[in-house]
Amino acid sequence: MKGLATTLWVLFLFSLPLWMGNQYLLHVFVVTGIFIIAAMSLNLLLGYAGQLSLGHVAFFGIGAYASTLVSLGFSVHITPGTVLAMTPKPVWCGMLAAVVAAGACGWFIGRLAFKVRGAYFVIVSISFAEVVRLVALNWVELTQGPMALNNIPPLTLWLPGLGEHVFWKKPANYWLVLSIAIISYLIVRRLVRSRAGRAMVALRENEPLATSVGIDVTRYLVLATVVSAAMAGVAGALYAHYIRIVDPDVFLFIYTVTMVIMVVTGGKGTLAGPVVGGIIFGLLPEVLRAAAIPPEAQWIAYGMLMVMVVFFLPQGIVPALRHWWQRRQTSAAIVKAAS
Amino acid sequence: MDQLLQHGLNALMLGGTYALLGIGLTLIFGIMRVVNFTHGELYAFGAYMMYALVMLSGANFFVALVLAITLGAILGAALEFVLLRRLRGADIDTTMLVMIGAWIALQNAEQLAWTGVAKSINNPFPAAPLVIGVVSVSWNRVFVFVVALALIAATYGLINHTRLGKGMRATFQDRDTAALMGIQIGRIHTATFALGSALAAAAGALLGPVFVAYPSMGDLAAAKAFAIVILGGLGSIPGATVGGFILALVEELGASYISSGYRDAMGFLLIMLILVFKPTGLFAQKERIG
Repeated sequence: MKGLATTLWVLFLFSLPLWMGNQYLLHVFVVTGIFIIAAMSLNLLLGYAGQLSLGHVAFFGIGAYASTLVSLGFSVHITPGTVLAMTPKPVWCGMLAAVVAAGACGWFIGRLAFKVRGAYFVIVSISFAEVVRLVALNWVELTQGPMALNNIPPLTLWLPGLGEHVFWKKPANYWLVLSIAIISYLIVRRLVRSRAGRAMVALRENEPLATSVGIDVTRYLVLATVVSAAMAGVAGALYAHYIRIVDPDVFLFIYTVTMVIMVVTGGKGTLAGPVVGGIIFGLLPEVLRAAAIPPEAQWIAYGMLMVMVVFFLPQGIVPALRHWWQRRQTSAAIVKAAS
Repeated sequence: MDQLLQHGLNALMLGGTYALLGIGLTLIFGIMRVVNFTHGELYAFGAYMMYALVMLSGANFFVALVLAITLGAILGAALEFVLLRRLRGADIDTTMLVMIGAWIALQNAEQLAWTGVAKSINNPFPAAPLVIGVVSVSWNRVFVFVVALALIAATYGLINHTRLGKGMRATFQDRDTAALMGIQIGRIHTATFALGSALAAAAGALLGPVFVAYPSMGDLAAAKAFAIVILGGLGSIPGATVGGFILALVEELGASYISSGYRDAMGFLLIMLILVFKPTGLFAQKERIG
């Protein structure tokens, strides 16, 4: 029954571009999907491993830049004499590079930052993102700095039955993002239900106790960071090849905040949380824009919403709904038993 | 050599305000265990109040400075009362999320109120710089430095020699025991947040006329305050004072001898280096589990 519902949902989502003619709405869905992937990756760290990473956008941006640079090619002077150059490679190579580069940065930050916890980890992660942003802004030879890298080629893939397919149009990108989002969801689900996922939750709940029963803290936290970073890197790469321009603004803190709001509102530490939160905060800006509310007011609303969620729905929407549903079921069962 | 002296003097002048920022943040963390993400917004608030009072209402510069600091304290007390009072005892991640929400709301409110255009603020000091031997410094900066030092001294006096300060120190050492001894923890928290916010607003009100006021100015200030506090050790006031001057020196030297584009990256690099090699900061005795 549950399996059937899920299949129907997935089919519905895949069929969306076939009957929905509104291209702009489709664009909103593509961007929302990309942010849902990023939010899912953040949830792994924030929700399961219990580490508030406020530099998450760094992995997103590194993925975007890595993929772009590999697919556009680059040549930079490492020292005045030596030049590091690369010819343009196919986009799928770039996406792999995005996974590797973001994952490697995740490993580095994980090793570095998990000496410290709580407030310190938060500050290290913010600092990392800011340093990366300033490098992207100032290393003009590699990144074009504020002039941005543009004319990024869209993804080209050989697909069975279709041959060489270029992901120019919105429906194609929609299907691509949807597929990757589903794969990411399955990876997160597989991970959190495995031994490693249980170890992460144990660390979140009570670190000294977890250590005392022999859980290797650093190993699991670094694992969570690497997977999370790599997934955020994929989201960044998808974003770069869809929007087709990338500038240092992809590292803006506001994107991290968006991801955090999505996860916290939806419900951190739940599989569906980032998806629900992502849909709400992906579509909300469009609704607000339609209502002609200036972006500043929109951000004020976001900030206040964040405070409200922490005050009134500290677990997030998904656990609250689940709780409500269970209580209804139980009371219905009681009424039935009584009659 | 002359150049080095000049950089040293610039760093000294800037370090005073950095120390103000750092002390405010470290007080709030040490006593309340709150990572105050609104700190930078209070800094921006101070600068904008100067703009509103001096440029829009034509108030006297020095009166405006006192008013801006007072308003900063009031805004801080209000934030504590509305947002943090009911979260006392909540874990640090929860308060962090609330403070991030407040930060975003405040920053965008500033942008909405004052638009994104940078505002410059006039100061009443002579334009000709003060020349001492081979180095020179503007009068406005000298004023900023002197006021910053006076405020730092006042804060030390408040904490070490008043009844309120004694309550703060007791709360810092052990909140529960302090409460059992009859200290009104709620009042101490409000006072602490107001004091920290007033110091941030003072830094903004002092530096606003030196630079310009713009809505996102608080982000960098907050980031620098975090760097200073980590450098000195979370919760350590002498650490934050010294940290402020160290950060100013590192930035000044880094900007002139490495690359000016990376000036603002110095603070972040410093944070990462400190956390790797000396995670307790330079002056704190406490351990680093937040």
